[in-house]
Amino acid sequence: MSKQVPKEVYEKTRSYKFKQWLSGTKDPFLDTVEMKPQKEFYESEKLIHEHELQHQSIVEKAYDLEHNAQVRLFQKIYNIFSVIFCLCLVFILLVGVSYLPKYGHEENPVNNEVSARYIGQGLQETGAINIVTGMILDYRAFDTLGESHVLFLATCTVLILLRKDKKKYQETAEHNDRIYEPKNDVILQTVARVLVPFIEIFGIYVILGGHLGPGGGFSGGAICGAGLILYLNAFGFAKTEKFFTGKTYKCMCFGALACYSLAKTYSFFTGANHIESVIPLGTPGAILSSGLILLLDICVGFVVSGTMYTFYVMFRKGGY
Amino acid sequence: MNLAFVHNFPLFCIILTLFSGPCSMILSAKKARILNLCVITAVGIMSLLVLVEVCMSGGSYVYTMGHFPAPWGNEIRVGPLEAFMALFFCIIMFLSMVGGAAQRKAKLEESKENLYYVMVNLLLSSLIALIYTNDLFTAYVFVEINTISACGMIMIKQSGHTLEAATRYMIMSLLGSGLLLLGICFLYGLTGHLLMSNIKEEVAAIAATGTYHAPLMVAVGLMCVGLAIKSALFPFHSWLPDAYGYSTVSSAAILSSLVSKGYIFLLIKIFYRVIGFDIICNSKIINVFFVFGIAGMMFGSISAAKEVNIRRMIAFSSVAQIGYIYMGFGLGTNLGVLASIYHILSHAATKSLLFVSAAGLSECSGNHKELTKLTGAGYRNPPAGMAFTVGALSMIGFPLFSGFISKILFAQAAVNQANKMLPTLIALALSTILNVIYFMRAVLIIYTPQKDAACAQESGYRRIRMNEHPEIVFVFVCFVLLNLVLGLMSQPIVELCSRGLGMFG
Repeated sequence: MSKQVPKEVYEKTRSYKFKQWLSGTKDPFLDTVEMKPQKEFYESEKLIHEHELQHQSIVEKAYDLEHNAQVRLFQKIYNIFSVIFCLCLVFILLVGVSYLPKYGHEENPVNNEVSARYIGQGLQETGAINIVTGMILDYRAFDTLGESHVLFLATCTVLILLRKDKKKYQETAEHNDRIYEPKNDVILQTVARVLVPFIEIFGIYVILGGHLGPGGGFSGGAICGAGLILYLNAFGFAKTEKFFTGKTYKCMCFGALACYSLAKTYSFFTGANHIESVIPLGTPGAILSSGLILLLDICVGFVVSGTMYTFYVMFRKGGY
Repeated sequence: MNLAFVHNFPLFCIILTLFSGPCSMILSAKKARILNLCVITAVGIMSLLVLVEVCMSGGSYVYTMGHFPAPWGNEIRVGPLEAFMALFFCIIMFLSMVGGAAQRKAKLEESKENLYYVMVNLLLSSLIALIYTNDLFTAYVFVEINTISACGMIMIKQSGHTLEAATRYMIMSLLGSGLLLLGICFLYGLTGHLLMSNIKEEVAAIAATGTYHAPLMVAVGLMCVGLAIKSALFPFHSWLPDAYGYSTVSSAAILSSLVSKGYIFLLIKIFYRVIGFDIICNSKIINVFFVFGIAGMMFGSISAAKEVNIRRMIAFSSVAQIGYIYMGFGLGTNLGVLASIYHILSHAATKSLLFVSAAGLSECSGNHKELTKLTGAGYRNPPAGMAFTVGALSMIGFPLFSGFISKILFAQAAVNQANKMLPTLIALALSTILNVIYFMRAVLIIYTPQKDAACAQESGYRRIRMNEHPEIVFVFVCFVLLNLVLGLMSQPIVELCSRGLGMFG
């Protein structure tokens, strides 16, 4: 040491402070910033337990439906009233039905000129061998037009409720689905490989043969949709999404319903204005016969099969 | 008979709205919104032309849907009342859709907004088909469309409240549909027809012989109860407050002013064109309607007075107004039904105005809906405040506005009925007082100046400038004008309705 300095002066030099900081005897931030280390939040076991108990007791009290006198009373009254209501309704309906004209009796008012014409002239007027198809798709086509829109509307509401549009949910849904998806189940896949083509062909047959025999768009579409669902279960989304996505469904539905609306507008318009329709009825029994019925059946078939499949996909994964 | 081209318009209205449903599905939200407004406008214009044509030619006509005449095929019937209702429903729907556009954009998921327009378009088609149809089963098919689309419109704003409300609505509404279908089946079993005019002939024959009195009454009862549940007559109103209170503004306005009215209009058609009004009047059913209508007027208003949420308050007021309509049926005279029809119009014009303006009031108050939080909202959003005041005055029955005329019509109809006069007049007076209590309380609250300015800043209160939502101001102006027209120029409208009603019989 070349130079002696008094202790007070030395204590103020930087080198002394540095030395102190190195040895840890003095904190450089002391008196300048508060450096009290924060205590880690700690709850004793007992306290945690107490909180849990409290929470549980609140929940139990709120959801303790068995000991809640008000709720119990309400439920009792509710049950009694619902039973009374149902019994009353059943009684009224039974009494009402017992007074109705006898079913199948020849003087039953249902056996009137309406059904007589359906049965007697249905074949000539609609060209459909299946009278029921002729009735729902030609005589009363307006009702069926509404009915197919009901199906479409039902899908839309399911889409509103179940479709997951946010990316985050979509990924978790995808993940969950992959867990539960049967992975390459040999039995299922083999059976599906054999059955699905037959089911689809049978469905198409039922749709196309709607005017020739039992069947039509609604039943055939349901069969086709069921076939698609089986295929999906066996092979998973990776395969089905190659040919059937949400967009396919939208376009298919729009196309089918637009086709239906246009065809029917034409027939309503010409019918009401007494213009002769240019659509030939064809020979009854041929596949291309009975005017617009075949086209309408195909449209309904598309809508129904798409609806079935979309319902399944929405309930399973919430999007495709 | 050769038809003029105008006569095809009802068909075009139905098909166009049906077609625009699937169309909206493949469009983007923005395009679907434009399409929706265009479709409503087009349908409105076509209905107007049909109305003019029908009024000029002075009669109704039947339009065959297809190549087969009526009992075999379907048909629709167009008269002055039907065309006027279609036009009126289009106006209300257009204004409700425009008035709720901003809120829809904020509250709905964008990828699902086009589905909302699917619902609205199909709802409109079902309403128009319900108005025009001349066939009971067609009516049922479109009641189904109406129910499902209304349900979708409630739940598209996905929160706990709306999902619960939609579930409740669906259960009650499906119960109603089921009862209606059972009633139609009974009638079919009795008469063998589904066409309204044919059923009426057969029912007249049955009533003359008196053989099938019991099943006929069961059928009428089932249809009446079914439609009463669907239009929220008093004891069946439990689904209503949540459904109207928590859904989006346009949904609430459309549901309260159109959906329930469509069912009521169908009920009127059933009274006049299916069963025959004399048979209905001779049955006890109108007395049931009368009692429950009055009960609804009282309990609806009392519940509304107890309510602290402004949307739910307006919703409960709907219960009371539906009560008025059913009370009019209960009087059992043509005048009573006429008053009910007028009340349908005035309620539709006023209730949608109230819903849209209430949304404006809560927008400027940090989206609170509690009445206490709305203090001074009338100053922060002047157009909405004025509109709400007009709506409230009209609901109360203040002269100048539409509610006054319908109340006068009810009173006039009641005077001719010796034993129902006193209850009707007392009920009208009491219900008016109750209306004043809760509507004026709301008006006073929104015009009480907000004192604590600092506190107001924190809770999200803000001033809405006049030019922030020009379209909503336009909607308010239109609604207020509509109310004034219904209130000041009621005579031609009443005459039109009564002429149309006369052609029903």
